[in-house]
Amino acid sequence: MNQLRSFILKEFRHIFRDVRTMLILLVLPVVMVLLFGYVITTEVKDIRMVVVDFSHDDVTQQLCERFSSNHYFHLVGSADNVSQATHMLENGEADVVMVLAENFAQQLGHSREASVQLLIDGSEPNQASARTAYAQQVLTSIAQEFSATLGIEPQFQIIPVTHALFNPHLRSEYNFVPGNMGMILLLICAMMTSVSIVREKEMGTMEVLLASPLPPLVIIIAKLIPYLVISIINLVTILILSKYLLGLPFAGSLPAFMGISMIYLIVSLALGLLISTLVRTQLAAMILSLLLIVPTIYFSGMTFPIESMPTLYQHVASLIPARWYVSAVRKLMIQGVEVQHVMHETAILAIMAVVLVSVSLATFKKRL
Amino acid sequence: MIVSVHNLKKRYRRVQALREVSFDVNEGEIFGLIGPDGAGKTTLFRILATLLLPDGGTASVDWLDVVRDYKAIRRRIGYMPGRFSLYQDLTVEENLQFFATTFGTTIQENYHLIKDIYQHIERFKTRKAGQLSGGMKQKLALSCALIHAPRVLFLDEPTTGVDPVSRKEFWEMLHHLQHDYGITIVVSTPYMDEAMKCDRIALMQDGQFLQIDTPQAIIAGYERNLWSVSSDHMHQLLGHLRQWPQATSVFSFGVTYHVTVSPDADANRLRNFLAQKGHQHIDINPISASIEDAFMALSTTRQG
Repeated sequence: MNQLRSFILKEFRHIFRDVRTMLILLVLPVVMVLLFGYVITTEVKDIRMVVVDFSHDDVTQQLCERFSSNHYFHLVGSADNVSQATHMLENGEADVVMVLAENFAQQLGHSREASVQLLIDGSEPNQASARTAYAQQVLTSIAQEFSATLGIEPQFQIIPVTHALFNPHLRSEYNFVPGNMGMILLLICAMMTSVSIVREKEMGTMEVLLASPLPPLVIIIAKLIPYLVISIINLVTILILSKYLLGLPFAGSLPAFMGISMIYLIVSLALGLLISTLVRTQLAAMILSLLLIVPTIYFSGMTFPIESMPTLYQHVASLIPARWYVSAVRKLMIQGVEVQHVMHETAILAIMAVVLVSVSLATFKKRL
Repeated sequence: MIVSVHNLKKRYRRVQALREVSFDVNEGEIFGLIGPDGAGKTTLFRILATLLLPDGGTASVDWLDVVRDYKAIRRRIGYMPGRFSLYQDLTVEENLQFFATTFGTTIQENYHLIKDIYQHIERFKTRKAGQLSGGMKQKLALSCALIHAPRVLFLDEPTTGVDPVSRKEFWEMLHHLQHDYGITIVVSTPYMDEAMKCDRIALMQDGQFLQIDTPQAIIAGYERNLWSVSSDHMHQLLGHLRQWPQATSVFSFGVTYHVTVSPDADANRLRNFLAQKGHQHIDINPISASIEDAFMALSTTRQG
């Protein structure tokens, strides 16, 4: 017990005394969550709007004023025709084009109907759908106001036209947080653990440790525990960040989430241990871990939906632990399902954990 | 025999590292493995420290088999690998503390053992091990290998890369450990002068032992018939010496050649022989042999 405690203490000293390790362990996860979750896809503001007004009457003027006074929108100009406005969209000078039909006020007065067309830049689908929703909200509130003041009930016909220039898969920012968790935990557990074990081999200290009465199991456990602790800290940090900074709801059961996360951590740690038994240098350990992370990015469902993959790729994906973890986390966090709906994922991860732990323990050498 | 090795063999993919090596070490002895890099010294240490499995033969440490009883052996030995193998980012004291705990003991319990050695570095105890000088690193490594009061110490080239003063101090410490605590020490070195400080040595080359004896006995075998020869044409001299029938071996030794000759050889006849070949300023001196002479002579006869 004393041996284990002093070994763990030593491991933490290694970690705390190396600035680079600290950056990877504690700063990188936060930066990644912020980058993916906050900077890249986040709340919509400063929507640049161009108006094509074919009517130029009191009502359209009022409409424009309402948009320019709304703090989400600002009018960056007007265009004489739709093609000119579309051009501005394509050049990235505007995010949204609002086309107001001819005789707008007149139409509104006669038939209580007037056409508003919205053209949205769809290269970022999440943003595009959010912008559409914002614009619709503004229009709806204006419509309600008109009905109160004019005693009429105008109806806006909104036709969103999405230019899907890139990224045909419409993805939700909700994917990023579970996906990130799967990736960060794998990075910390597999890469940092394997590197820290291989470092002892490379520095020659493993030779001294093995020639000592220290049981190999103590060496392994002492190597894994610090990274397990740090991973749990990161897990909690990510949860707090995503709830309070990204405004992501945590709908499901927290104990279930922690439970499946622990299984995933054990899988990742065992992978790290396995890598450390296969290689001799820190560089090789790092490369092998990165080779593990690349398929995790592509096959975990984080970037591409698994359902839309060819069958062969779906089979490949089912070998990736993160694929099951990300799926379970998504269900637990965002959909808020009951525990029994993630039993399938939990069972597969548990089997992976048992297999990987036994294989890596069996391959850990008690000699050089 | 506290260390007993019998017909030990070890082969790496392409290299035969050990070819049927046998030797015994008496309790309380300082036993030296003398040989150049690649002789197989490290492989031998690793087998004795239970870190490698031999391909053939047997080895025992403290009457325990290195393969079967490896766990028990690991409690009884102190092993210092050839490379500095402590944690460079931990301080001197943290390293010592860690290894004491690893072996289930405390610094206080066996402080008397390491006191003489540790005193040299104690004032740097808050310094990181990576920032110590070569000599101090070795003293710390020795302290760490000793902290659990081992029966046998295996020291793989402990003085390589260490300054002469620290080397001398290091050997004094080893003798101290031998005399005061009866610790058996198996030590390897590429420095021939350090061989004289061992009780017995094994001259080692290409995975085999050339000779095992006390350093004095090994030297005595070459005492009476070793000459140091030089002339104005050093380059041709080597070939000419080898042509002389009574020279059994010739090898370069700094600025002269050391020639082993048959017991009935006469220095004047060699002088005449060389003069005929056109050499001038011929200088021939009978000299007392060193371990290096013995080693060179043995290794050339093996190769020849």
